[in-house]
Amino acid sequence: MALVLDGLCKRFDNSEKDTLHEIDLEVKTGEFVCIVGASGCGKSTLLNLVAGLERPSQGKVLLDGEEVIKPGADRTVMFQEHGLFPWLSVLENVKFGMRMAGFSKEEQDKKARHYLEMVKLWDYRDYPIHQISGGMRQRTALARSLTMESKVLLMDEPFSALDKQTSNRLREELQRIWMETKQTILFITHSVEEAVYLADRVVVLSPDSGKVAEIVTVELPRPRHVYAPEFVELRHRILEEVRGEAV
Amino acid sequence: MGFLLFLILLVAAWQGIYWLGVDILQLWKPYAMPSPLGVAESFLDLCQDGRLLEATGNSLLRGIGGYAIALVIGVLLGLLIHQSKYLQKNLKPLVLGIQTLPSVCWVPFSILWFGLTTQAILFVVVMGAAFSVAISVDNAIKNVQPIYTKAALTLGANKKQLYLYVILPACLPELVAGMKQGWSFAWRALMAGEVMTTSVGLGQTLIMGRDLADINQVMLVMLVIVLVGIIIDKCIFSVAERRILRKRGLTGGN
Repeated sequence: MALVLDGLCKRFDNSEKDTLHEIDLEVKTGEFVCIVGASGCGKSTLLNLVAGLERPSQGKVLLDGEEVIKPGADRTVMFQEHGLFPWLSVLENVKFGMRMAGFSKEEQDKKARHYLEMVKLWDYRDYPIHQISGGMRQRTALARSLTMESKVLLMDEPFSALDKQTSNRLREELQRIWMETKQTILFITHSVEEAVYLADRVVVLSPDSGKVAEIVTVELPRPRHVYAPEFVELRHRILEEVRGEAV
Repeated sequence: MGFLLFLILLVAAWQGIYWLGVDILQLWKPYAMPSPLGVAESFLDLCQDGRLLEATGNSLLRGIGGYAIALVIGVLLGLLIHQSKYLQKNLKPLVLGIQTLPSVCWVPFSILWFGLTTQAILFVVVMGAAFSVAISVDNAIKNVQPIYTKAALTLGANKKQLYLYVILPACLPELVAGMKQGWSFAWRALMAGEVMTTSVGLGQTLIMGRDLADINQVMLVMLVIVLVGIIIDKCIFSVAERRILRKRGLTGGN
């Protein structure tokens, strides 16, 4: 069990009820778990708790049995806004985490190249961030996260600020990359379609109670196709769940 | 090119007004009205005995020295304020208050402390610039986008690395803007200090012009003060600023 959320509660100072209430979840090594829910249901808060960017009011987050108390490279986050450093080039951005960790120069070069090729950006390595498109920025951010080879990679709606076409392409690539690397991923999204497309399991959060409403295992074989009847059916079922709870 | 032409026209107009007002209509006394030719004459005079060069050199050295001290103090004070919630709440308003004090107001205090010495001038410069630098350091750090910090922390940066490799470069544009403003405060404060004291410098040469009732010398020194200020701003700060912004794609073209 790579990641365990144990009775996790979060209540903000100005609020009278828990944003998240007694969340229990286990994520296995190599598993791809998506968390969906209507906006305001606390998805991003959940991710921040796992990342260690916020502290839970109750309960705890365990990674390989150790309690999470602060942010760290074993739980790298890919954000909705790419969070790349504009004073560094694409390559330098990708190397950033390895540089902080004190990797040797050769290892930095080798890994940076490996992951930049994986996201098809090696030819753009010397570009400044402001000269590449939004989709390329997210790929750079993805490569940067992958270099950390974290125990779990956290993704906070990484494609939702992109146009639909780019977002669909990136999600295809993420599926391919996940099949290659088997990186453990906890992925937050408001798009049920995206969740069913990517995940082994979809966790539906309820906005009213702040609890887990349902966990759906997606057994469709990969690569998946959004127009397959089984896909559409499953998508509708989860959508009902998300909506039903939201009303 | 257009600007040069404008300057030439301006000087020509100035000389024209002088002729009209002083020589032809005799509205003003010659000693009360500077003229371009008079300023040029004064320039040659002061250049010949090397006084202008010496004064400018002295002032620049003092300005740069005082500014350097102000930077060190300002950066440290800014970091200190940034580090502590308590100081943020209690000391920062005070610093902001002191910053509004015109630097010339430090002169009497400084003379009582140091006498009519170079230290007195430096003190005025430091007081004139340090607080503004401190405020802009604190603001610059505060304005760093939280996403950079979050990204760095989740990529494993420790606190020292966070400040060195993320916060410092992230706030560099604002920091340079703050340093630029600090310099302009320092340069003004320097003149405030120099006009009150007697050691050779631009401010003192300015006052000497007044004592000699030589309005052309007064005008000349004023022009030199403006010129030095502009040159430092354009050749150092603006160049640095533009280079940083361009690298990040924050300016269009040039």
